[in-house]
Amino acid sequence: MIQKETIPLPYAATSFPAARDKLRKNLRTFPWWLVAMSAIAIGTFWLIATKPTYRDAFEFIKAGLAITITTTLISYAIAIVIGLITSLGRISNNIFFRNATTLYVELVRGIPMLVLIFFIALVGVPMILDGLKSLGAWLAESGFAAIGTALTSIKSDAISMNLRAITALSITYGAFSAEIFRAGIQSISKGQMEAARSQGMSYGQAMRYVILPQAIRNVLPAIGNDFVCMLKDSSLVSVLAVRDITQIARLYAGRSFQFKESYITLAVMYLIMTVILSFLVKYLEKRFGQNERA
Amino acid sequence: MNAPDPIIRIRNVSKTFGAVEALNNVSLDIQKGQVVVIIGPSGSGKSTLLRCINHLEVETSGEILVEGERVNGNQKRLNQLRTKIGMVFQQFNLYPHLTVLENITLAQRVVRKISPEQAIENARIQLKRVGIEQKADNYPAQLSGGQQQRVAIARALAMNPTIMLFDEPTSALDPEMIKEVLDVMMNLAKDGITMVVVTHEMGFARAAADEIVFMDGGQIIEKAPAQDFFTSPRNERTQAFLSQILTR
Repeated sequence: MIQKETIPLPYAATSFPAARDKLRKNLRTFPWWLVAMSAIAIGTFWLIATKPTYRDAFEFIKAGLAITITTTLISYAIAIVIGLITSLGRISNNIFFRNATTLYVELVRGIPMLVLIFFIALVGVPMILDGLKSLGAWLAESGFAAIGTALTSIKSDAISMNLRAITALSITYGAFSAEIFRAGIQSISKGQMEAARSQGMSYGQAMRYVILPQAIRNVLPAIGNDFVCMLKDSSLVSVLAVRDITQIARLYAGRSFQFKESYITLAVMYLIMTVILSFLVKYLEKRFGQNERA
Repeated sequence: MNAPDPIIRIRNVSKTFGAVEALNNVSLDIQKGQVVVIIGPSGSGKSTLLRCINHLEVETSGEILVEGERVNGNQKRLNQLRTKIGMVFQQFNLYPHLTVLENITLAQRVVRKISPEQAIENARIQLKRVGIEQKADNYPAQLSGGQQQRVAIARALAMNPTIMLFDEPTSALDPEMIKEVLDVMMNLAKDGITMVVVTHEMGFARAAADEIVFMDGGQIIEKAPAQDFFTSPRNERTQAFLSQILTR
């Protein structure tokens, strides 16, 4: 027997009430915004493909993609590690650890990111380098010539602006992700920790095997969202003359006076990257959130 | 009575939470192999007393000795001691991100450092003991409440404890699942493991307990062998409590 239902024909949708309802529902939940957004992206591609001014802008700006992507990836990887350690400090009973991490989080939250980037790159890093130098001078005087001269010979530009930008972004986002992790840990019921401790696990073991696996799974959406924000905020490092796509677009616009071409291309490049990332994050959420709640 | 040293010795223990006095100068000895059931109205300090035994709550004053050892703040010794004290919670507290088998093997592996194969073997023995070996690879959320609580008992037993603490193990269960958990507990009582049980299940108390402890207002009001306790309670608060719950 041939099964009639297997291939619904297009006209069938209007002839059966059930199918019509389904179509209506599909139309209502259809992501029209995505169509509009795709139209913007495709329109821009079309401009780049057909208009030499757009093509030139794109060809120029895309040179910064590698910097934008690597800066984001490296900074976020470091930020997650900082955030995890900081979140453990925020909930710790150790007075020093708790206060040190709280101070860090509150400092970062209280200073605009742009100012923080200027500060870390142009004040913080030079201060540390100067400190190392004077330490070297002191060591050289007190007889440790080898280490001393090695330290004093550090040049002021030993740490590139790219590295300073990564440092600044990591420190800023480390504080943000610390708060996400902390919320995740605190969302796990107290009974989990008690069960683990009652079996003789240490606090650290209970955290590692029982609390954190659940907490991290719970905050995965927020972490993913933060990662998308990081990609966008990486544009701020252009103020340090780091040659990411924003900086290069600015250079190109300033040189060619083609502001419209430069910034439309730039904006759409960010848009495409963030939309792709968002979908990736959603996909990962689905995959990791499965087995537990059946 | 010239009994040997008690396995649990509670001496003049008091516990306050802020202004609330949960325990007021409580003393209690529990002998090895005894099944002690603690009953009493809500807020009488039963659970607090139980949780003080494995130091989930820290007593404000007084002392508790388990196998002659003072339960105090030394983390290493405390973790050691806790492996000998299994605990079963009202809310089961299974690890939801792990399968039943992983729930039971986790502490064996990371605390006792037992090889995975041996831990799994041990886990299967305990699962058989509580009668749900076929659910080994399920996640806790796929089990009924009664099954989850039985897994929690198996998880505690897998550490080979000498003492088992039960904190209202059936209070969060639907009525039809209470029996399967109580049956498992009855079998444990017959096996001779030392048990301290906080419960409202008077049937279980009557059938399994060697001794009943009645608490009210943070104090032990009456302590008696099970038969005596139900047939001839001495204290009038005990009588009032029993008449309320037994005529229900």
